[in-house]
Amino acid sequence: MTDYEARLQAWTGRELMAPRFGQDAVNVPMIRHWVEAMEDDNPVYLDEKAARATGRDGIVAPASMMQAWTMRGYAASVRPSNTPSAADELTELLAEGGYTSVVATDSDFEFHRELVPGDRVSVEETVESISQEKKTALGAGRFISTRKTYRDANGDVIATQLWRILRFRPTEKPPEKPLRPQPAINQDNKFWFDAAREHRLVIQRCVECKSLRHPPGPCCPQCGSFDWDTVESTGEGHVYTYVVNHHPRHPAFDYPLVVAVIELAEGTRLIANLTGVEPADVEIGMPVVLDWIDPDPDLSLPAFRPAEKKDS
Amino acid sequence: MSRRFEDVAIGDELPPLNVPLTRTLIVATAIASRDYQDVHHDPSLAVERGSKDVFMNILTTNGLVDRYVTGWAGPAAVVKAIKIRLGAPNYPGDTMVLTGSVSAKHADGRRVEIAVRGVNGIGPHVTGTVVVQLEGEDGA
Repeated sequence: MTDYEARLQAWTGRELMAPRFGQDAVNVPMIRHWVEAMEDDNPVYLDEKAARATGRDGIVAPASMMQAWTMRGYAASVRPSNTPSAADELTELLAEGGYTSVVATDSDFEFHRELVPGDRVSVEETVESISQEKKTALGAGRFISTRKTYRDANGDVIATQLWRILRFRPTEKPPEKPLRPQPAINQDNKFWFDAAREHRLVIQRCVECKSLRHPPGPCCPQCGSFDWDTVESTGEGHVYTYVVNHHPRHPAFDYPLVVAVIELAEGTRLIANLTGVEPADVEIGMPVVLDWIDPDPDLSLPAFRPAEKKDS
Repeated sequence: MSRRFEDVAIGDELPPLNVPLTRTLIVATAIASRDYQDVHHDPSLAVERGSKDVFMNILTTNGLVDRYVTGWAGPAAVVKAIKIRLGAPNYPGDTMVLTGSVSAKHADGRRVEIAVRGVNGIGPHVTGTVVVQLEGEDGA
């Protein structure tokens, strides 16, 4: 057992909270606030006559409100006490293990009697068990099982509650980068983007006059033919011209962003990003070779990086 | 009118109850239960703590299960136990549908156990049982 595990397990059976009375006695305004929020129209909570008609002496508090009578309220939530309680100590020990978030998972109440206005409610809490670290949908965490005992002003038990919370380490979620704007794909250019997804850079070729063209279009600008096929580019070319984008910025891109017109060895030109080069080092005429970027699962685009010098 | 012990049989089903989970409901019920944990009212802190949004607190789930069962059992019913386990969180914008059926009867103390399940768009939010003491034939 690690030292940390031993320190945690030493809490088993320990009192987490000494008996402590709720700030206010059971009272009608808090009952009203509760039943209004819960939209609970059972008349025995607010209507004396209806409550007496059921054989009770008068109105009663909803059973499920038990815990609410002992909640510490707003002030204690936002300004924790300077003298840490045992519960604060355990919270701190769990935080030391990274378990900084909390969610309640189980509550098992037994009620010994109904509460009526004027009842004072105290609660005390003891640790029953602390689990090993478990993997949960929220993150890795430990289940803390405790027993709460509720008593009235005479010290008589009015309810018991087995209580379980999960203290967990929130799963780190890296901020999601937005997707690149998607290209407008139509029946004339779909073949080109489909080939790009397979990391093939193709160029449209007129079947009649054999001239190459880019961007894709339905009709040969040289001879007017609608018949075409494609050839695959060698992926070699040079920077014909370029710009360095600084503004406006789109969150999908890294800046400064080099946008170049590449003239391929085959003679057609296309617009693409440059990779593996500082903007200041880009030169017109610089030899480049094909690279690929895959911004999202449905989109692959050609990019170009400086060609390695052949004489080295 | 309240349901009498003699009129209830194991297997009886409670009519379902739809609870629209508005942001207001989630915050108002958290405050009504004096639960000021930020995950129940502050969306950005809730996200920071690993949740997708604010979510309903367990005290409210207890309250809604209580309301559901006593709404069926009637005002004379006395709640003796509420046992719940939470699963999928109740996030704003969702709806929780509560269903229940009588799972046990104990003549001693005229106690009836109702198995309750509350399901939202993600999955089961709550499963549990509620034990209520019902009126007898003599109105006791």
